[in-house]
Parts: sequence; C-alpha cells; structure tokens
Amino acid sequence: MIVPILIACAVIGVISIIIGLVLGVMSEKFKVEEDPREHAVRELLAGSNCGGCGYAGCDAYAHAIVHDGADPTLCAPCHEKSKIGAIMGLDIKDTEKMIAFVKCSGNCHNTVDNYIYSDGKDCRIAYTAPGHGAKKCVYGCCGLGTCASVCPYDAIRIVDGLAHVDRTKCHACGVCVSVCPNRLIEIIPERAAYAVRCSSRSKGKDVKAACSAGCIGCGMCQRVCENGAITVENNLAKIDYSKCTGCGKCAEKCPCKVITVGHVE
Amino acid sequence: MSFFSTLFLGIISAALVNNVVLSRFLGLCPFLGVSKKTSTAVGMGTAVIAVITLSSAITYVIDHVILRENLRYLRTIVFILIIAALVQTVEIILKKKIPSLYKALGVYLPLITTNCAVLGVAIDSAQKSYTFAETMIYSVGTAVGFLIAIVLMSGIRERIEHNDIPESFKGMPIVLVTAGLMAIAFFGFKGTIGG
Repeated sequence: MIVPILIACAVIGVISIIIGLVLGVMSEKFKVEEDPREHAVRELLAGSNCGGCGYAGCDAYAHAIVHDGADPTLCAPCHEKSKIGAIMGLDIKDTEKMIAFVKCSGNCHNTVDNYIYSDGKDCRIAYTAPGHGAKKCVYGCCGLGTCASVCPYDAIRIVDGLAHVDRTKCHACGVCVSVCPNRLIEIIPERAAYAVRCSSRSKGKDVKAACSAGCIGCGMCQRVCENGAITVENNLAKIDYSKCTGCGKCAEKCPCKVITVGHVE
Repeated sequence: MSFFSTLFLGIISAALVNNVVLSRFLGLCPFLGVSKKTSTAVGMGTAVIAVITLSSAITYVIDHVILRENLRYLRTIVFILIIAALVQTVEIILKKKIPSLYKALGVYLPLITTNCAVLGVAIDSAQKSYTFAETMIYSVGTAVGFLIAIVLMSGIRERIEHNDIPESFKGMPIVLVTAGLMAIAFFGFKGTIGG
C-alpha cells in the first residue's frame, strides 16, 4: 500500500528538483541586468497605472525617470517624492496630498434644463450642443459622467446630475481634469477647508436665473476675508489656498452658500 | 491515405471541426480575457501556438520515458509541472534574447501557464495514445484553432464596441452571447470530415 505512494512522491519529487535546477541555471545564465534604481523608483510610485503622469504605466514612468531623465514629480498619488529624489540624487520636496474638486453646484434641484438632451453618453459630445448641454447654466456640469468613466480609482459618482468626488478614493491623478469639457474639476490641496463650488463667469443676475446655488460675484467673501485669500474676478470668487487659514468667515457670509467643501446636498 | 492528406485532414480536424475553444470549450479564459484588441489577440494566439507545440513534444517524451504503465495516474500533475516550467523557461530566454517580443507578449506569456487548452492537448494526445507525429499534428492544429477563434472574436469585439447595446448586455454578457453564436457557427463544421 505504502510503496505506490512512495513511488509517486519520488517521481514527482525528482522531476520537480530537476525542473527547479534547470530553471535556476537558466535564470542565472540568461540574467538580464536591470538597473536596481528602476525597481526602487517603481516601488515608490503609486502602482495603479492611472496614466496621470502621461506615460503608459508605472513601469514605463519608472523606466523614463531612471533612463531618460523624466521629471520625477509627475506622479500625483505618490507622496514620497523626496525618496525618489534621494534615489536619483536630486533634491525634491514631498508634495502635499491633493484632491479633485468639482467646481459646480448645479444638480437637478438647483438648476433647470433648457431642453431635453437625450443622447446621454459623453459630456464632450453634450458640450457641443447649444448652451454646452441641456442645463441652463452654460458653465455647469453636464452630469453625463465622462469624468466618472475615466477615473481609474472609481472615485467619481454622478449624484442628481452632478459629479461628486469620493475624497477617500481620489488620488488626484488628474485624468478627470483633462476630460471635463467645462474644465470644472480642479486639483486642490486636501487640507483646503473651503472652496468655491461654482465656475460661472456670468453676471449675478444671469447666474441667479440659471442656478440657485451659483456664485454671483458679489464680493462679500473678498471683503470679509482677513487674509486676503479671496479675489473676485470675472464675477467669480477664487480662493488662494496658500493664504487661506480655514477660518470659515467667507462660507458664513456667502449669500448663495457656494463656498463649501465636502459633500453638499 | 498519403502522408500529406493525413496531415491536412488532421490539422483541419483539430483546428476547425474540433476547435479547442468553440467546440471543446477549453482555454476560455484567455479567449475572453485577451480578445479586446486584434493586435493583442494575435500575440496571444502565436504565443499559444509556440507553447502548445513545445509542451506537447516534451510531454510526449516524458509520458513515454517516465510515466509507463503503472504511473499513468501521475500524468496530470507531471504535465502541469512541465508546462509551468516550460513557460518560465521560454520567458527567461525571450527576456534575454528577444526583448522586443518579450515586451510585446508582456503578461500573456505567464498567463499561458493557466491556459487549460495547453494541458488539454497534452493529456488528450496521451490518453488517445497518439504517435509522436500524430501528437505534433494534433497540437499544432489545436493551437491554430485557438488562434483562429481568438482573432475572430477580437475582430467581432472591436466592432461590437461602437454599437448601441442594451445596458444589461454591455461588457462580458454580449461577449458570452457572441461566443455562443460563434460556437453554433463552428458546429456547422461537424461531419465535414468523416469521423
């Protein structure tokens, strides 16, 4: 009874050992010299192959950094750029954690449609329709989810006709920024306490007519801000995140409640 | 029958009539996974041809030298070992000698290890106790059949991509339906060669 088992074990064992030896010898004989820095840089990159850096993937980018002298700061999800710098002998500072932010509040409750747009597939196509899509506001989010479909981290959802970024999933790779036809998505520091959730450069009256939650450019925030972090240009408030201390006075005073951060209903 | 007609019929039989994917349903995962683009499908198909041909030759020898009468039951496990090691070896050699081909094949080469068509061919020809020549004809024919099936599939999928498919059929469901229809079409080859 025990003999056939032993024979089977012996046969498999011997074959495995032979194969192992052959493979070991082969891998030594046909060894390919790889730059160890390439592997080290590759380990530090985000490893999600999002393509935000403009290269075909993390492997290709690591290769380009080491061999072609590519700019080592292009990986948005990577926050250990100083380590990459140390490997490459360059002085690079760690970057702040960033996040994608949709500068629009025009969901189905706040704005109305001018007409029915039925070919709901791609914002970039809808943008070519009259008024940059069906919504009354020509600057607003088309809400067809092109950003959501390209997001490599599955971090964007369309809720009530408006794109929402899941801050826990977003890596700020910037792929959505480049596909949004209205340029509504901006990469902002994650620590930013307040941001302007509107991109409308229309005059106050027109904004009011199109959307109940748009920035009318009244300048209240600019006046109330003690650090001079807010400027109103082209009827639109803009926050300088390097000056903003997060006091929240602007959000308090904003008559349209358009200065906010995080998920608003 | 002359040698050439045997060869021709053998290859036609293995490639079309008994197509490995569409009538025997082996190797479905690369068939569905790597058939998005024709260029990658061709790469995968040629890699499979190379690996199947090599592996059936080696497993034939192993089967006749080591696995005699009383060790038949070890076929499956030994063949898996051989195929995995073979794929590794091919990968190591390619990486050194032909880096461009290695890059083009990329992840598909190690994926072949888990392609059950490779193991299926080796075990099938051992069980049917083919001669060495028959084994080689059978394996090349089967591999060519895999190439035909995956390239056809990728061509269809490239066209499907731009069509207006009902929401619930988008992605894998429509691909499986297509594969089923292709299998029915290949069923038409049954009976073209006697046997």
